[in-house]
Amino acid sequence: MIRRATLLGAALAVLLAGPAAAAVMPGEAMEDPALEARARGLYQELRCVVCQNQSIYDSDAEIAADLRALVRERLRAGDTDPEVRDYIVARYGTYVLLDPPMEPLTYALWFGPPALLVAGVVAIAVWRRRAAVPLDEAPDAPLSDEERVRLAALVDEGDGEQRA
Amino acid sequence: METVETKRRRPLWPVAIPLAAFGGVVGFLAYMLLLDDRDPTYLPSPLIGKPAPSVAGPSLLEGAGDVTDGMVGAGGPVLVNFFASWCLPCRVEHPVLTEIAREAGVTLIGVNYKDAPDAGRAFLDELGNPYAAIVADQTGAISVNWGVTGLPETFVVDADGTIVYRHFGPILPEQRDELMAIVEGAS
Repeated sequence: MIRRATLLGAALAVLLAGPAAAAVMPGEAMEDPALEARARGLYQELRCVVCQNQSIYDSDAEIAADLRALVRERLRAGDTDPEVRDYIVARYGTYVLLDPPMEPLTYALWFGPPALLVAGVVAIAVWRRRAAVPLDEAPDAPLSDEERVRLAALVDEGDGEQRA
Repeated sequence: METVETKRRRPLWPVAIPLAAFGGVVGFLAYMLLLDDRDPTYLPSPLIGKPAPSVAGPSLLEGAGDVTDGMVGAGGPVLVNFFASWCLPCRVEHPVLTEIAREAGVTLIGVNYKDAPDAGRAFLDELGNPYAAIVADQTGAISVNWGVTGLPETFVVDADGTIVYRHFGPILPEQRDELMAIVEGAS
């Protein structure tokens, strides 16, 4: 049993670890460790424009390597991190940023989920309010003769069952 | 036995709100997915209306002088075409480019993206060379500066050196007239 649990744990660990390997080649490392750390931070914020769902840190596509080289070139030129981002956005558009900025094109992305949540809460509130029957709306008319007879019959029936 | 209904029936319409929202999302996604002529790799270029980046670099052709930025935006509109010998769609658009350059007299600047120089030259030997100048972009730095995401891509640069249009993918024969109209509008 322990063996099986260990195997299961190992399998889970492998599944949850995901793709761990970065596509950055050893030869790409910058001489200055501080610059290299900033470069790696930027790699992870920039989308590989042809793979669409990978950062240029994770992608081994040609264009991702080219973009990494561009990031390093800008860092060497003395750009700050925002300047490097702006430089690349000026060429590829905000789509290259994995963290989408707030702009008219992305309003639906930013405000859509909260709007859906509010709509859901409103819908539930309305639904619940309509469902509750207020006391003053409860039928207060006296029982008709017919209802009285049925009620008596039901009470008798219940008594009979209890005694039996 | 009959039961007497005492509870009021809950109204059903509020349930329709999240359902309608969900349906809207599904509908939108299905529409974008099934749209026939939508290329998911297409990205609009933010460079339209901006000055053309540099094309300066060594020529692909042996014995030819370096390509300079003076060749773009001087004296009339030019087409800047990014290609490589290993790119099949580039092969497809080559006759159209040749036609545009030879018959319509449009200046064509080529950027040979990360090609083995021999392969690049062999490509032109085989298919003909419609380019006025070709820069060998060995590192891909020129192409990245132009925001190129895939090959081929073609930019129309007007006489002032401003990018007026980007064509994504191969120029198909039926797209030639449209592109020519843009080039003529840029002169």
